[in-house]
Amino acid sequence: MKKQNGTQWLRIGMTLAATIITLSSLTACSHVMTMVHAKVPAASEFGLGPRKSSSGLYTATLQPAESLRPRKLQTQVALKDARGQAVDGAAITIDGGMPQHGHGLPTQPRVTKALGNGAYLIEGVRFNMGGWWEFKLAIAGKTGNDTVTFNLAL
Amino acid sequence: MTTKRFLILSAIILLPTLLYGSRQRNDGWTPAQIEELRKLSISELEPLAPDPTNRVADDPAAATLGHELFFDARLSANGKVSCASCHQPDRDSQDGTSLAHGVGTTNRRTMPIAGTAFAPFLFWDGRKDSQWAQALGPLESPVEHGGTRAQYAHVVAENYRASYEQVFGPLPDVSRAPAVGGPVKDPSAAAAWSAMPQTDRDAVTKIYANIGKAIAAYERRLQFAPSRFDRYVDTLTATGRAPENVLSDDEVAGLRLFTGKANCTQCHNGPLLTNNEFHNTGVPASPSLPQDRGRIEGAKNVLADEFNCRSRWSDATGAQCSELEFLKPDGPELQRAYKVPSLRGVAERAPYMHAGQFATLSDVLAHYNQAPTAPEGHTGLKPLKLSAQELRQIESFLRALRGGIAAPPEFLRTPVR
Repeated sequence: MKKQNGTQWLRIGMTLAATIITLSSLTACSHVMTMVHAKVPAASEFGLGPRKSSSGLYTATLQPAESLRPRKLQTQVALKDARGQAVDGAAITIDGGMPQHGHGLPTQPRVTKALGNGAYLIEGVRFNMGGWWEFKLAIAGKTGNDTVTFNLAL
Repeated sequence: MTTKRFLILSAIILLPTLLYGSRQRNDGWTPAQIEELRKLSISELEPLAPDPTNRVADDPAAATLGHELFFDARLSANGKVSCASCHQPDRDSQDGTSLAHGVGTTNRRTMPIAGTAFAPFLFWDGRKDSQWAQALGPLESPVEHGGTRAQYAHVVAENYRASYEQVFGPLPDVSRAPAVGGPVKDPSAAAAWSAMPQTDRDAVTKIYANIGKAIAAYERRLQFAPSRFDRYVDTLTATGRAPENVLSDDEVAGLRLFTGKANCTQCHNGPLLTNNEFHNTGVPASPSLPQDRGRIEGAKNVLADEFNCRSRWSDATGAQCSELEFLKPDGPELQRAYKVPSLRGVAERAPYMHAGQFATLSDVLAHYNQAPTAPEGHTGLKPLKLSAQELRQIESFLRALRGGIAAPPEFLRTPVR
């Protein structure tokens, strides 16, 4: 129960932050838009999920152990297929970065453990700046290959 | 029941008073902003975690030995250079000059020491992953201490045997080791090192690594003391009111810019005002220095470092080396990326950047305001378009970050031998 509350708060926090980023990119930081042509997604596109993969094969949900701050982080990801069944045995690789700053992730996170029931442990994640981050999972599972991109506001 | 009723009543009476007061006297900070400010206070610094790579990191006897070694100029080629020559304890462990001067001149600015026990990577390019491994770099650098580990092992054997053995156990036998020898650039010292049997080389290197570990135990005790900024934030957080006469109007305005429009806290965040990461901020290259590629070299070097977390000289198990495990060894974002320094006491530490490229704080702020193209790689900065007055206000705020060093007073002086 406690964990769920925490996740809910995280979701609210991130939605708020996403709104702030979206608003500020329209006003004070308009130069950002001219420097790097990366459009901040709508606030509704931000958050820990559940989020559908680009071809709709999977739905992924991030379940970080602690709040998203610019620091080292462990997170779990829960994976389901299109019918809502937990996906085990998938190979997941991680990529991402800050589209507005033109750089990738500062570390090389990876899945260190398959926890069963569609859950995987990702270690080595670090978001070292405030702002909009993309966190991408490339999933190779029984039903095929697909990618899911989370937009996170730090 | 009575207690409950009393609490409810108190809340009804107190709440409007508090709200009214906070609207009047909180310098216009919203609750969300106050929460963000709280995270920058030195009071929020987490307790220092044990260093698994150094089993004597928190041993007071090791810190005392490290203090003595830190000030000992016999640990140099010419008997004139100690750690304290550049890391001057009365100057926040730095030397106020663009490039450090040991037995020669380095290509980088001396870094301060306070708070670095919290840093996963040391040096401007992060080529070391612990304080003790860091301390060993300058000792064998041909332009810093300029000596060799065999020489230093003899210094310990002749002058520190008892205190060494108290901390580390029996001193390895180095009687057969040459006076000068180590894996260094100097051909005769390198030849003497190669000629030594492996067991003798290990004996010398063990003492050498322990010199670093004792120095690290000393350096861990150097932490930042609270500044006026912290006093302001702590009162604001505790009472919802801004204290009077702690920060000037300009300093508060500077703080508002620092955490807002100027985006400083994107990297200078947390109680140490650094994310301890590496970023390319388009700092100009020094024309007189060789090409400097920053983190992209540092990342490779720390993975290959003889004294890193995974090395045989480290006290950690491999599983404790997660910083190395998830380190990104290559990538465009590492090009000319340098360590984000703590801003605590920053006004006392001119000149600025990894080779002292900027003489004053206003030069630094002008650079961030303009965000020029990086000499190599891609700058993470965007022009800030701040006015001259706003830049001046940020500078005023940065001056309020002076709090000095929290350490046992004797640790900031030359040790009495």
